[in-house]
Amino acid sequence: SFFPPKLFKRQTLCDMIPLVHSVSVDLNNDASLVIDIPDALCERDKVKFTVHTKTTLSSFQKPEYSVQRQHEDFIWLHDTIVETEEYAGLIIPPAPPKPDFEGPREKMHKLGEGESSMTKEEYAKMKQELEAEYLAVFKKTVQVHEVFLQRLSSHPMFRKDRNFQIFLEYDQDLTVRRKNAKEMFGGFFKNMVKSADEVLISGVKEVDEFFEQEKNFLLDYSSKIKDATAKAEKMTRSHKNVADDYNHISGALNNIAADNNTAFKKHLEKCAEVFEKLRKVEDRMASDQELKLTELLRYYTRDIQAAKDLLYRRARALADYENSNKALDKARLKGKDVAQAEENQKQCLQKFDKLSESGKKELTSFKARRVVAFRKNLIEMTELEIKHAKNSVSLLQGSIEVLKSN
Amino acid sequence: MAASSERSPPPFPDSEEPELLEDSDEGADAFTGTSISEMDSPSPDSTRPPKDIFNEPPEDIFSDPLSNINSEPQKKVDAKIPSPSSDEAIDLFSDPLDDDSEVMSSPEVQNPMPDLLNEPVEAPKSDVLGEPPVHRNAARQQDVFEDPPKSSSKSSSVKKAASAEMFGDDDDEEDLFKEPPNVVTKKPQPSGPPVDVFTEVKSDVKVKPQVKDDPTDLFAEEALTAPAPKPSAGSSSSRTNGVHSEEQDLFSEATVELSLDSPRNDRKNKDAVKPSVSAPAAPVASSSSKAPSKTLEELEEEESEDKFDLNISITNPEKVGDGMNAYMAYKVSTQTSLTMFRSKTFTVRRRFSDFLGLFEKLSEKHSQNGYLIPPPPEKSILGMTKVKVGKDDPSSAEFVERRRAALERYLQRVVSHPSLLQDPDVREFLEKEELPRAVSTQALSGAGFLKMLNKATDAVSKMTIKMNEQDVVSGRTCSQGCFDQRMKAWQRWQDAENMLQKKREAEAKLLWANKPDKLQQAKDEISEWEAKVTQYEREFERISATVRNEVIRFDKEKARDFNRQVIKYLESLLHSQQQLIKYWDAFLPEAKAIV
Repeated sequence: SFFPPKLFKRQTLCDMIPLVHSVSVDLNNDASLVIDIPDALCERDKVKFTVHTKTTLSSFQKPEYSVQRQHEDFIWLHDTIVETEEYAGLIIPPAPPKPDFEGPREKMHKLGEGESSMTKEEYAKMKQELEAEYLAVFKKTVQVHEVFLQRLSSHPMFRKDRNFQIFLEYDQDLTVRRKNAKEMFGGFFKNMVKSADEVLISGVKEVDEFFEQEKNFLLDYSSKIKDATAKAEKMTRSHKNVADDYNHISGALNNIAADNNTAFKKHLEKCAEVFEKLRKVEDRMASDQELKLTELLRYYTRDIQAAKDLLYRRARALADYENSNKALDKARLKGKDVAQAEENQKQCLQKFDKLSESGKKELTSFKARRVVAFRKNLIEMTELEIKHAKNSVSLLQGSIEVLKSN
Repeated sequence: MAASSERSPPPFPDSEEPELLEDSDEGADAFTGTSISEMDSPSPDSTRPPKDIFNEPPEDIFSDPLSNINSEPQKKVDAKIPSPSSDEAIDLFSDPLDDDSEVMSSPEVQNPMPDLLNEPVEAPKSDVLGEPPVHRNAARQQDVFEDPPKSSSKSSSVKKAASAEMFGDDDDEEDLFKEPPNVVTKKPQPSGPPVDVFTEVKSDVKVKPQVKDDPTDLFAEEALTAPAPKPSAGSSSSRTNGVHSEEQDLFSEATVELSLDSPRNDRKNKDAVKPSVSAPAAPVASSSSKAPSKTLEELEEEESEDKFDLNISITNPEKVGDGMNAYMAYKVSTQTSLTMFRSKTFTVRRRFSDFLGLFEKLSEKHSQNGYLIPPPPEKSILGMTKVKVGKDDPSSAEFVERRRAALERYLQRVVSHPSLLQDPDVREFLEKEELPRAVSTQALSGAGFLKMLNKATDAVSKMTIKMNEQDVVSGRTCSQGCFDQRMKAWQRWQDAENMLQKKREAEAKLLWANKPDKLQQAKDEISEWEAKVTQYEREFERISATVRNEVIRFDKEKARDFNRQVIKYLESLLHSQQQLIKYWDAFLPEAKAIV
């Protein structure tokens, strides 16, 4: 097989840590519970993450341990948290997206098929590209899974979650548990997720100014960030295409040079070299852009959705409360089941208040987090852009000199 | 490039060189022997020698410092093919090898020579003179007389060796007959004897020494029949006998006077002449080998020195008309100091079909001469339709811009081709206010010749920055036409030779059969065919030289163009990167100010 299951060593993952922080800042500050994903294994379609925990909390059995988890385990954890009523007033960290190795896999397939028709150099080059692409996807998916766990671990409520602990500690396969959970929670989740926007927009009259503002802002922001994400993806893809094109040009020039036997040959080879170098720079730039900007946008698209879900839940609670009010009035009118209705109303109000209160806190801290993350990433990306552009400039200047002198 | 099968016309210089040298050796040997033809090629009709010859002559021409060609080979070539009469005189001394007649025959050159040569020449039998220049098969002697100066200095490599080849071929009898004709052979080169001198200089062929002898002999001998000159001529590597040297001196001076356009050539000639005159074969050989390389440099220098001042720019694409009848009119502005134009700067409006029409006219006129006519940009139905329809999107603007740039490049290529520039059609295109509408402009295919480069072009066109290499590529297809022309010319020549052979055989038969009445007729036919053969041979060599020139020029231009384009592209990349830095630098403080 093309990719033997590779275990990415800690060293290679070290450069991912900045990635982690790029999305959510300061998630590992609290030493009482530190989580990271130092290694990952890719077997066929499945990625097995090594989740490593270091903790001083007494609730955990051991101070340090590692377990193997699959993507589905993360989803299970996320879903159970979402379904937990207690967390209704919290922004639940968005679930990591499924690892998507479709791109590299397709390329690998193409490479395998075309092996006989390619020259050795072409094959080696394509293999190299493929590996790079694979590694990039890998890095991204590890990062996003890691961030998810770290969001949980850094949140005062979530870190205490029983399921979270199981997830971190349970040294056996979680598959069985997952199945059970699915049966239990069935369709709740789906109902919740469906069309939160509709409810918010069409729905209840907002009593709290803060939430009114938040609602409007989040709705607007959500559509804008979706748009920005799409554009950033397009831009990153274009840069990748440019790098690809440079690659083709370089290869083509080398091919011509191979057939050529005049002084022109050297020249062609020089040109091919230039394009190869340009390709490398462009490639780096594309991947840096992706990590710093596109990934950031993607993440916040999901996070915004999580915030919107919170608003939705609160709106639901408000609706429930209003319904309970109406029911109470009706009960009072009828003179029947008043106590029950009162109790119901009280509970609804309680819930609503709770949601509102925690929601406010959550949303405020969410905003702060978001602003900091954007600032950090944009600065880093800008600095990288400048660095790459300066590299390009000196590369181009040098190349032009060389070509002119020929 | 032309196929290099033995049956095909001689391949171009590159591949031919080694062969040529070998041949020349043979030739030399042949000369020392009594009858060159015997030793040489087994069959007169063997294609091989001709092939070599072809290779050599062109080079000789090019390398010959004497050649007048220097600056404008093509033009001279056209003028060159001299009339038979002048040929005669010249032919005596002209080296069959120096088949690059185009180069050779410059009217100027002819003048001094003929005078000198004609007198003694007249004396000999008319036969000798009258006979058409012997083609290779004819006499080895021709080789002897080979024209050293192949005027087409343009070509860098002087493969004089060709002459040697000629040695290989001859028939015995032919030799006798051919001596004078040999000389005559294709080269109308007036520079007979001088030719010899220069031949030595030029070619690597050892034959040279013999060559020298021959002219002398011719002069001295009334009887052309005697192959004697040859043996004596070939006797040693010593190129000059006393007799020779005198004549050579005469001629060399004369030839020097004829001189070339540039002083450089003069110098070169003189240099070339001196060693050849005095030195034995060895030095001559070395100088001759030097000459070729000099010629190349010289050629290059000439090109740069003689670069005319003519700038063309195409601007202002404007849509004229409406709907499907609309077209884009481009402003073609010319700035020049050349006197052949009516004024120093002028502007006309041209549309795309005008460019295509120009190409057609030029093709008709020149491609059969073996010129490489630069191809115009391709037709694009989709692009133009968009423009016509008035779609104002960036893609149609891009299309127009690309076409404008391509047209500009096309015109620049046309005018940088020295012979095409002289064409009145080109001038008219640049100057005339209104051009008659070119109606028969078919869509040109010009598909990429090099697959690789096409792949690259596709990749590049995806990018926002345009890089236009297609012109370079499509030019390649044009070169095929040139080679085809050359093949045709060669074929014609071969056919004529075959015919001549048959005629001779017929004559021989008649002699045996003793039918004097028919004999005369046979003789007439033979002369007729000999003339044809010579003519075709000459034509062929002319075309070969032209094509070679063209290919070399084309290659150089291509390399230059390519380089220029790549540099331009990189510079634009550089510019955009620098702008990027500017923008990002401006953004950075903003990012830092996020709260």
